[in-house]
Amino acid sequence: MTSILHFFILIPLLGFLVSLLLPPKNEVVISRSAIFTVGLQLLTAVVFCAYWLFQHTPTIEVKDFSLFSSPGYEFFITFYFDGITAVYLLVGAFLSFLVTIYSRAYLHREAGYKRFFNTILFFYLGYNVVIFSGNFETLFVGWEILGISSFLLIAFYRDRYLPVKNAIKVFSVYRIGDLGLILAMWASHHLWHENITFLKLSNHELVHEHLQNHSWVGIFISLMILLAAAAKSAQLPFSAWLPRAMEGPTPSSAIFYGSLSVHFGAFLLLRTFPFWEEQTSVRILIALLGIITSAIATPIARVQSSVKSQIAYASIAQIGLIFVEIAAGLEVIALIHFAGNAFLRTYQLLVSPSVVSYLIREQFYNYVPRQHTFEDSLPKKLEYTVYLLSLKEWNLDSFMNHIVWKPLRRVGRKLDFLTHNRLLMLFVPTFLLALIAYNFQDKLSAQSHVYFPILFASIGLLMVLKSYSERKSPQMSWLLLIMNHFWVALAISFNEHFTLEEVLFYLSGVVIAGAVGYACLRRLKLLEPKVDLNQFAGHVYEHPKLTLVFLLAAMGLMGFPITPTFIGEDLVFSHIHEDQIVLAFLCSIGFVFEGIAIVRIYGRVFLGPHTKHYHETAYRSS
Amino acid sequence: MKAKTHHPLFDEHEVLHELKHFLPAQAPLKDFIHHNTLHAFQHQNFYQALRNASAFFGYKVTLTLDEYRERYRQNRISEEVLERVIAERKGKEEVGVWKRKALTGNYDPTISGRIGLLRDNWKKQYRIDLDLLVHPLFFRVVCSYLDQGISIWGFPVAHKGFLSSIREMERNTFASFFKAERAKKLLFNENCQISDLLKLLIGDESLYKQYLYDLQFAHQGWSGIVSVLEDQPQLLLDRKKISLRELIIFELLLEIDALDDKYQGNWAPLASRLETPPTPIFAKVPYTEFHEVIEIWQEAFEWSFYDQVLAGMKQGTSPTNVPASKTFQAMFCMDDRECSIRRYVEQHDPHCQTFGTPGFFGVEFYYKPKHANSITKQCPAPVTPTYLIKELTNEKEKRERDLHFTKYSHTLLRGWLISQTLGFWSALRLALTIFKPSLSPATSSSFKHMDEFSELTIENTNPDEKENGLQIGFTIEEMATRVENLLRSIGLVEQFAPLVYAVGHGSTSVNNTHYAGYDCGACSGRPGSVNARVISYMANHPKVRLLLRERGIDIPETTQFLGALHDTTRDEIAFYDTTSLSATNAALHQQNEANFNKALDFNAKERSRRFESIDSHLPVEKVHEKIRRRSVSLFEPRPELNHATNALCIVGRRDISKHLFLDRRSFMNSFDYRVDPEGNYLTTILNAVAPVAGGINLEYYFSRVDNQKLGAGTKLAHNVMGLFGVANGIDGDLRPGLPSQMIEVHDPVRLMVIVEHFPSVVLRSIQKSAATYEWFMNQWIHLIVVEPTTQAFYLFKNGEFVEYHPIKQAIEVVQNVPSLVEAHEENLPIYLLQ
Repeated sequence: MTSILHFFILIPLLGFLVSLLLPPKNEVVISRSAIFTVGLQLLTAVVFCAYWLFQHTPTIEVKDFSLFSSPGYEFFITFYFDGITAVYLLVGAFLSFLVTIYSRAYLHREAGYKRFFNTILFFYLGYNVVIFSGNFETLFVGWEILGISSFLLIAFYRDRYLPVKNAIKVFSVYRIGDLGLILAMWASHHLWHENITFLKLSNHELVHEHLQNHSWVGIFISLMILLAAAAKSAQLPFSAWLPRAMEGPTPSSAIFYGSLSVHFGAFLLLRTFPFWEEQTSVRILIALLGIITSAIATPIARVQSSVKSQIAYASIAQIGLIFVEIAAGLEVIALIHFAGNAFLRTYQLLVSPSVVSYLIREQFYNYVPRQHTFEDSLPKKLEYTVYLLSLKEWNLDSFMNHIVWKPLRRVGRKLDFLTHNRLLMLFVPTFLLALIAYNFQDKLSAQSHVYFPILFASIGLLMVLKSYSERKSPQMSWLLLIMNHFWVALAISFNEHFTLEEVLFYLSGVVIAGAVGYACLRRLKLLEPKVDLNQFAGHVYEHPKLTLVFLLAAMGLMGFPITPTFIGEDLVFSHIHEDQIVLAFLCSIGFVFEGIAIVRIYGRVFLGPHTKHYHETAYRSS
Repeated sequence: MKAKTHHPLFDEHEVLHELKHFLPAQAPLKDFIHHNTLHAFQHQNFYQALRNASAFFGYKVTLTLDEYRERYRQNRISEEVLERVIAERKGKEEVGVWKRKALTGNYDPTISGRIGLLRDNWKKQYRIDLDLLVHPLFFRVVCSYLDQGISIWGFPVAHKGFLSSIREMERNTFASFFKAERAKKLLFNENCQISDLLKLLIGDESLYKQYLYDLQFAHQGWSGIVSVLEDQPQLLLDRKKISLRELIIFELLLEIDALDDKYQGNWAPLASRLETPPTPIFAKVPYTEFHEVIEIWQEAFEWSFYDQVLAGMKQGTSPTNVPASKTFQAMFCMDDRECSIRRYVEQHDPHCQTFGTPGFFGVEFYYKPKHANSITKQCPAPVTPTYLIKELTNEKEKRERDLHFTKYSHTLLRGWLISQTLGFWSALRLALTIFKPSLSPATSSSFKHMDEFSELTIENTNPDEKENGLQIGFTIEEMATRVENLLRSIGLVEQFAPLVYAVGHGSTSVNNTHYAGYDCGACSGRPGSVNARVISYMANHPKVRLLLRERGIDIPETTQFLGALHDTTRDEIAFYDTTSLSATNAALHQQNEANFNKALDFNAKERSRRFESIDSHLPVEKVHEKIRRRSVSLFEPRPELNHATNALCIVGRRDISKHLFLDRRSFMNSFDYRVDPEGNYLTTILNAVAPVAGGINLEYYFSRVDNQKLGAGTKLAHNVMGLFGVANGIDGDLRPGLPSQMIEVHDPVRLMVIVEHFPSVVLRSIQKSAATYEWFMNQWIHLIVVEPTTQAFYLFKNGEFVEYHPIKQAIEVVQNVPSLVEAHEENLPIYLLQ
């Protein structure tokens, strides 16, 4: 029975890989292979779940294989199956199957037909990795796939401004969620001294025993999990991303942002429930977050005058309630609620264009000028205030901008004096000096062992921020991002036990991806007169292949699970001691913003409205 | 701040008036009607208009050079026609040179509009992206104000006018539309003029006009709908008072506010930092060789098609033998979609006779269905009827409900219940709609427009009987006039068959925001069923017949008119009032109905050739079943192709086109020059043909050549805004024009109107109305006259008719239409029918 679990990952993986190889013009083959993949998964899932029910629902764990191990550290992949997985599996497979069939005809003749199905299958792979994951590391692999595939789906209409802009925005919020997950993983390394599996996590006594002496670590981990969950499920203060994700073809919006993707926060909470079950304060916090989100998202939904944003906010409000249910320990209700909400919103989004003829006809027969709502009985001033705030989405979008993005950009701008050459002249020697210091580290004082890592990690972070706010040279922006990894490696090297092999393991991916990406940008610079980061340039129109290569390099550099850097990043954190919370923060923020900065380069250089106007280009506002 | 009474450089009234002219004029979705997208340029010659529109606003206005060359290689542009076009323009000796230029010349195809250049300076000089800062909230406020019923909690102050409502809210709130104080103060100052705000923002009066254009064309969709609603507030059921002026003031305030917020009020007007003012938008556009090459190609492309039509027409001049006694006569809409069904009806019953006329059948009225509390117009959009037809009975309860559209699911607690209950029902519904699509409340169905057995108030016995100023029904005299006009205009004044059908049309689709554009354009985007019944009732009325007889139209007692509705998506037909038929006619009708149904099967098959998901080789009934299924499939973005590929309009007797396979590309308006030697009815016909068929044709043309700026882009990502428009995503501009799914197979050629009459009469007819003449004179429509006695062709060019000789001598004969249809998906040439 256990060996079947692998198929749930293998089927989408193979389906995805096969779909990459299909001829782009052949719609029939592309859609059939996707439908076959998802259909086979659905069939397997139904049969498996039936059998599993028959076996009285045992919890299954498969410790699979170790991707990397060194003394005191092991990165292994584990799969897991229980009731939560079962519900997510069935709902996900069912909806994906129907929506894939739906898209077969719907996307007919659309430029990017193949790209659409590739991305759907890629997403579906990530979905299954997450729900079957048996530990945080495995879950994180899936989590990253979801992030990238979401970006690609939102930016499906890559020649328009708004989809690309919003895709970057959503990706950025996802990355903040990743920050939570990275730190939660880091802290739990130290709490358990191993990569803890979810199975062990459900062992009450074990959890209780470990948390007794480390209650603050426990709370820290829970908060970080909540951060990741809130970002993914569009809870406060992140909610504004969800309606903005509705830029792709309607079926993809329906399945991802209406139903599956947006319920992953709930999944994460359900999965880690045994861990924070005993932490009453955390449970209250989660419930409060859910209630407040529901309370704010509901009036926002009520004032929406566009059909998709209305569905999005209504869904956010329901997910808020799901958070409450989870916090209250009502797992079964939460799962039913998840399934119902997912089905309902998917269907509502799919039929959303019909709303015009339906409601117009309805009004034709039953016209009421402006319906009296309960808000009208509020005092006028209060009514107008709530209305206006809801219309402005409680300023959530600008709130994130003011709290997170702007300050960081401002820091980066302070480094505007850096140019491509100055950067090399300044930081290559500095780095060499630091290397020398590293070689003589036994002669350095103990103090420096505390401060050097922080200093170097800060330099790395500064590089990332500079890259994030760079407006002119993409090459320079890219170089800065490569350097960040080097600084982090150096910083960690000052902590003990970071062996040369581990360093090489970590940086090998960075170097290769970095070089490939740099070459792409150089090549583009040779071909195109003007390449900068000031606005979206849409070079994919003329250079689709280069764009693809760069995308792969970008994924490599951001530590996406196609290079060893992915494991390297986890490895880095295993070497940050539990008392080095500052260092952990610096490194994790560095990694998170590295991803955002990379996607920004990709978006600005290759996506968006094409700078050359010899063909149809859309208005920026459309 | 004082309102200025006189401005030498900036006249607000004049600028706004002109600006409104250039903005998209598309009505809300429920009243979607085709029109010339570049209507603002219509007073210019077609090519000059294209050049200007492109240079002013950055539109792509033709195919690309590569696309023309590709068509040339595929023989879809004929070499001979290309050469003749060049010879006519440049002289015979230049043909070689210009042909080389057309085929291999190197030109810079960059389209650079002047719009937006001035406003770009905010980014260049101030590093501020005003669109990014202003648009999202701005669009949202406007959309919420105009919303027709998507929001649950509507705009709290609704009927005071836009700015007054904003003011009222701003005055009574703890929140604000603005971030800084200044904009708020300016808002409360009711005397604040656009020029006052521009003075703050721009500073240099000579740039005001250009700035306003830049500003409004950064979101032409929203500005366009506001401009339309300012002039025609009745287009919204829930009327909203708004004007373009208010919109601009609010936007300028938001811009000032964004600048204040970023620079703490410390910024200078745009003009003060402007080094060189940008080219004025409306400066003269130089005529280049590239322009001429493109014109040559476009001309060659169009005439490669027209020439075949004319050649084909010439080949079939031998008068067809129409037997004196006919089984039935049927009037269809002139719509190009009825072009092929008429061919099949005639084929299945060679003794019948078909006619084409605008689908409202000359009866103009408002229609009020039973249980409705609103009325809907059933005639061409420019006409304002004074009559009302009411539906008195209705067997069926019309409104089926669908809980998925209920707003309760968006509220918190009911949403909680609904998602846990209805949610699982949705899963089932979703599976059903995918595997077994069927008619649902979400479907917009033509047959639901009027109950089949309902009773209508057609006859008015008392002229004082009025409702809201509309006379209920028509008097006998009014009826007779309308029937007479209709019959004379189509030339049906004698030899009446026992049955005369009036077949309106409508369409069925689901998940289609542009559904109104699929129904009958002559009925203001509604199905034509009511009109068909009304005209039949009138023509059957004994007193009307009496009057008609006095006026020289003698309809035999045995002849009966019968209304019907053809659903162009499903290829189904419904006949109305069949119980009123005499026994003999009922028997005849039974036979005819069988023929109609056969014709519909074949018509469905012919249409299926365009649809990749349907195998046209299947038996006709199977194909038809798939066509029907398509119309109710949620996932089918192309229920039908509507007017795509339209290119012709034939105004004349059926004889001149009956022998041609026109591939559903022609509007067909029946007209008999012998009945109307003076051209009086012709004038009426052409006055309608130009804006209706011409408007449809040009909307398809422009949506096809620039689907991004002049069309709506792909519909797959559309989001419904306030029930009146669509946008991409939630923060986007409205997207007027046609979505890519409607125009992708369309060949962008202008309409060619072919009229059968004497050139002098036609000239007189088109000159009677300046608006109509403009269409032909400025070459937005080509006009060919077929001289009835000599069968010679005359082309209207520069105000006069010159004889035209087709290059092609003979076109191919198609032996078997069904097998032709099975084998081809692309646009077909014109064929002679066996």
